[in-house]
Amino acid sequence: MSDKVDKNKNYAGRLSYSYRRNLRERLIESVLFLSAALSVVIMLSIVVMLVKESFVFFQYVSLWDFLTDTQWTPLFDDAHYGILPLVAGTVVSSAVALLVALPLGTIIAIYLSEFAPFSVREIAKPFLELLGGIPTVVYGYFALLFVTPLLQMLFPTLPGFSLLSAGLVMGIMIIPYVSSMTEDAMRAVPMHLREGSYAMGATRFQTAIRVVMPAAFSGIAAAYILGISRAVGETMVVAIAAGMQPNLTWNPMEPAATITAYIVQVSLGDLPHGSIGYQTIFAAGLTLLLMTLVFNIIGHVLRKRYREIY
Amino acid sequence: MQTSAELNQYKSHVRALNFYYGAFHALKNIDMALHANKITALIGPSGCGKSTFLRCFNRMHDLYPGNRYDGEIILHPDHVNILSHKVDPIEVRMRISMVFQKPNPFPKSIYENVAYGLRVRGIRQRAVLDEKVENALRNSALWDEVKDRMNDLAFNLSGGQQQRLCIARALATDPEILLFDEPTSALDPIATASIEELIADLKDKVTILIVTHNMQQAARVSDFTAYMYLGELIEFDETDTIFIKPKHKQTEDYITGRFG
Repeated sequence: MSDKVDKNKNYAGRLSYSYRRNLRERLIESVLFLSAALSVVIMLSIVVMLVKESFVFFQYVSLWDFLTDTQWTPLFDDAHYGILPLVAGTVVSSAVALLVALPLGTIIAIYLSEFAPFSVREIAKPFLELLGGIPTVVYGYFALLFVTPLLQMLFPTLPGFSLLSAGLVMGIMIIPYVSSMTEDAMRAVPMHLREGSYAMGATRFQTAIRVVMPAAFSGIAAAYILGISRAVGETMVVAIAAGMQPNLTWNPMEPAATITAYIVQVSLGDLPHGSIGYQTIFAAGLTLLLMTLVFNIIGHVLRKRYREIY
Repeated sequence: MQTSAELNQYKSHVRALNFYYGAFHALKNIDMALHANKITALIGPSGCGKSTFLRCFNRMHDLYPGNRYDGEIILHPDHVNILSHKVDPIEVRMRISMVFQKPNPFPKSIYENVAYGLRVRGIRQRAVLDEKVENALRNSALWDEVKDRMNDLAFNLSGGQQQRLCIARALATDPEILLFDEPTSALDPIATASIEELIADLKDKVTILIVTHNMQQAARVSDFTAYMYLGELIEFDETDTIFIKPKHKQTEDYITGRFG
């Protein structure tokens, strides 16, 4: 093509300013911007609300007591406001859930992405995603009325409410999230990388573990972080199956309350607005938000560090 | 009967090879010999089946359902038919390495990329790995450029370096045949020249089969050339004969650029 300008041709109008086109573009742009801004605004207002209400709470209870007291009994006459028992409950139930969900979810993803024939994948995937569509309250009763009695046959000393039972079921609930995202990340790895591995004489399993998974690392990390956030924030299953007694324990065989279960308990009760008991749920909510924030930041850093480079 | 001296000059014989992608008959009745320690080039217009043919040699087609081989590729000196159902494709790939069109280093360090084939074979001793990795990198003319940054991620190398790394990876396991599938089509002219030089140097160590779109490349590097068209092997001879005095009119037309 020539760069020379042909003087005989009429170039005018080709790059001219079109008022209507410009207006339409701007309109579209502002609609897109508003939708994006909306999510930021909602997020910020939640944070502001939590911080403001927690501020009221921390005028009454010192931050030191909040972080170090080993009892959480805000509704008793002898009130203690130590968040540790709730944090412990959350950590233990999440840990049990993740011990189930991360390994199983990863294995399922490896199978579906690298081994399963097309027909198996087409059948298994919808079923797996259906598992994620079951209401959490159903999972809660599944834990309480089915899994707990089953576990009690194994461990006769297991109480009717336990972190173990709630955590196990929560893990099953999270599997589809982990496996589905992990599988997507692995399937996005281009075929020529796999072929390179097979051409070196690698087996399917070696290729999956040594080439595909490292290549999909950032996506897999995102899947794990999502799983962790779901476990930490899950409410219904623990509220139903783990008991609602704040209990500072690291033993999954005991009943205990998590942060989320406590918030449900109080916000459903008949505590008057503005009372210190009511304010506690904002402090607990803020703690929960900070916990998930930490995991999201870790996930973000991991993603940045190991960006998909094929 | 062929004498053993005659057999020694061949690395492989292809006999009545047919290949099908499902119902599509991609390779038609191919007979060809691969001379040991020589470079054989496969040329022909796009879609003629030259890459399909190349990928039969390391059973790459086994990775996808619906593909079917018919005929034989005999690998010497043990005269094993590598297309036989009794032969494990992984065994075949252990003896026949491949370098792809686009450089495809793994998301690992330079060292681990080259050591990959050895690790897959279960070699763990550091000393053995170190030695083989160094040899492979020297043979692929990459050693001096990377010896001080063996633990860097392979993606940090340039395109030409990545392709030489892939050649080193393929060489590290001491293959008997090295397959190249248009190894320079994603590279600039300078990187292409260095890869061509490297391929020419490698034939003392290994038998080479190379697919190329570039006829000058075939003329420059190869000893034998096969011209393919629509899944058939039209002509196979010494490169000089193919380029100077081809027997078939069609080969001549393609080489002189009249079609293709």
